Amino acid sequence: MSITYLEAIREAQAKALADDPRVFIYGQDVGNFGGAFKATKGLAKQFPGRVLDSPISEDAMTGLAIGAAIEGMRPIVEMQFADFSTVAFNQIVNQAGTMFWRTNVTCPVVVRLPCGGTAGSGPFHSQMMEAIYAHYPGLIVLTPATVEDAYSMLLEAVALDDPVIFCEHKFLYYHLKAEKLPTEALPVGKARIAREGRDLTIVTYSAMLHESLAAAAELRNEGWEVEVVDLRSVKPLDTDTVMASVARTGRLLCVGEAWPWGGVTAEVITRVVSEGFDLLDAPPQRLNAKDTPVPYHPNLWSAHRPTARTIASAARKTLQS
Amino acid sequence: MVQSVAEAATNNEVLPSPEIHLRAYRFMLLARVLDDKFASLYRAGKIMGGVFLGRGQEALSAAIGVSLREGDIFAPLIRDLAGRLAFNEPILDSVRTYLGSIEGPMRGRDGNIHRGRPKEGQLAMISHLGAMISVVNGGLFARRMRGIKGTVGVACCGDGATSTGAFHEAINQAAVEKLPLVMVVADNQYAYSTPTNRQFACRSLVDRAVGYGLRGDEVDGTNLSDCLRVVGAAVDRARAGEGPQLVVAHLLRLCGHGEHDDAGYIDANLKNSELGRDCLKLAEKWIQQQGWTDTATLAQWRSEAIQKVEEAVATVQREAGPDPFEKNYWSALSNPKFVEGNE
Repeated sequence: MSITYLEAIREAQAKALADDPRVFIYGQDVGNFGGAFKATKGLAKQFPGRVLDSPISEDAMTGLAIGAAIEGMRPIVEMQFADFSTVAFNQIVNQAGTMFWRTNVTCPVVVRLPCGGTAGSGPFHSQMMEAIYAHYPGLIVLTPATVEDAYSMLLEAVALDDPVIFCEHKFLYYHLKAEKLPTEALPVGKARIAREGRDLTIVTYSAMLHESLAAAAELRNEGWEVEVVDLRSVKPLDTDTVMASVARTGRLLCVGEAWPWGGVTAEVITRVVSEGFDLLDAPPQRLNAKDTPVPYHPNLWSAHRPTARTIASAARKTLQS
Repeated sequence: MVQSVAEAATNNEVLPSPEIHLRAYRFMLLARVLDDKFASLYRAGKIMGGVFLGRGQEALSAAIGVSLREGDIFAPLIRDLAGRLAFNEPILDSVRTYLGSIEGPMRGRDGNIHRGRPKEGQLAMISHLGAMISVVNGGLFARRMRGIKGTVGVACCGDGATSTGAFHEAINQAAVEKLPLVMVVADNQYAYSTPTNRQFACRSLVDRAVGYGLRGDEVDGTNLSDCLRVVGAAVDRARAGEGPQLVVAHLLRLCGHGEHDDAGYIDANLKNSELGRDCLKLAEKWIQQQGWTDTATLAQWRSEAIQKVEEAVATVQREAGPDPFEKNYWSALSNPKFVEGNE
């Protein structure tokens, strides 16, 4: 048996619905149709009245979930594409993100964002949104990179009392497979060493984990041992695991698919430089997508975001500096 | 259509009782006295930030509050002190929030009209207009999923908020889901300084109801009896399962947007029109004309209201403000293990 990243998300939701009567799913086309990507396939039939189509109203979808959460429910909102969550931005950051701090009432909402680029998706179906949500207080932002994490972190997201932005990467939906679903997992807030090494630390997350691992494999042929840290959760961010890795390697490259201004890679470098400057043998580097909208044509798209080749190239510079 | 009490009587509608008039009037009066106190505290420099009064909107607001029951959901807007009080918000909650007391529901974290007790159905508004409506929908949606029947939700906004996308999304959502939502729009002629002819182009905002597929009613927002009857009937219909309701009340804001605003832009003709009448004075006159109360009782109620307000303010002025060195202020998440970066 093998299970894809997308199936893991579906299975996690099926388990959440089965285990907890407070859980329901609300979003565009999530009902009988099973969602634009089929992440809720069959769930409306299996759980009648709990997997519901919404109008094309991202703001009201999220507002409704927040109101239901106040009443003690555990809603999961599916945005059809992460990009469209900008329409719900106000509800997410100003309503959900401030609720507990302002009123002492928790807001256990999970907003699922199918994010990231796939060939041909273009400027409005490819965005990475983790940095913008991580910037606001009151939200937990998860970026699973593996089938196992897609499953276990979504289940943990539903169980958490705070609002969670769940960034699931569309590029991984069908390609990424595992033999079986996990029975145990690292908790939210812990990064994972995805590959051990001694010469350089690459800190990354989401789909860039796989590009980074491919780059590390390529660099192995050149005699470099590259350590790869999968952040898993960008907020909270596991600084300890990152610092421990940099302490071992003395070199740091941060890789993200998001735009370069600010963001997760800048945050990681800031923390390492300010708390562990003495650990570094070379200036820390980062590699992000280019600062343009995400292009449509595959030739342009593959040059827009980091790939194994460009990561390996950036790593060589860091290793040789 | 705006319908008068006399017309309603000929239509055999049940008219609001003397008791409900008097209850509503006393909340209007208490709100006016409390608002006046907030205005003086503001002028005396005792309140940080803004002060937003409900002057001119008390009849509509009190009518909402007395139409609701415990267990309902209420998302007031900035001019709904009367409705909040009638929906069981303690006087102390508003005074503590304005003065930033740690004893209040917002504990100094948020101020003025941004207060509430969400678990008790009193939602704490954010500033973004239209954003609370879908949150009320969510509460009603959750109750339906849980099989809880017979509760309603009221969301309030002004004419300005009807121009937002959030308003449109949420009203349509309530209509699609047939939720027991009563949307009360106080068309008070100005959104801050912007007159309604720069806000919308339809004849009346109530005309939008048909486009959403819900029932809409208009009411003279200066007339307590009319407000009690129209809002009360809308709440009853929602409670009876007849789906969402839109109520549009016509009135004039008898103050600035906030106390920082002298409202010099308000058209003198509007002030002198029927819209510009003071609903509190009209209500006072009406309940006396009906013989439901007398001058001595009214004077006694006023002095009782003043006493309650003075007591509340005196109590809160003795209370502490927040201590920034107390760690729990600096956690926006309920789970302490995820909090970072605030040392």
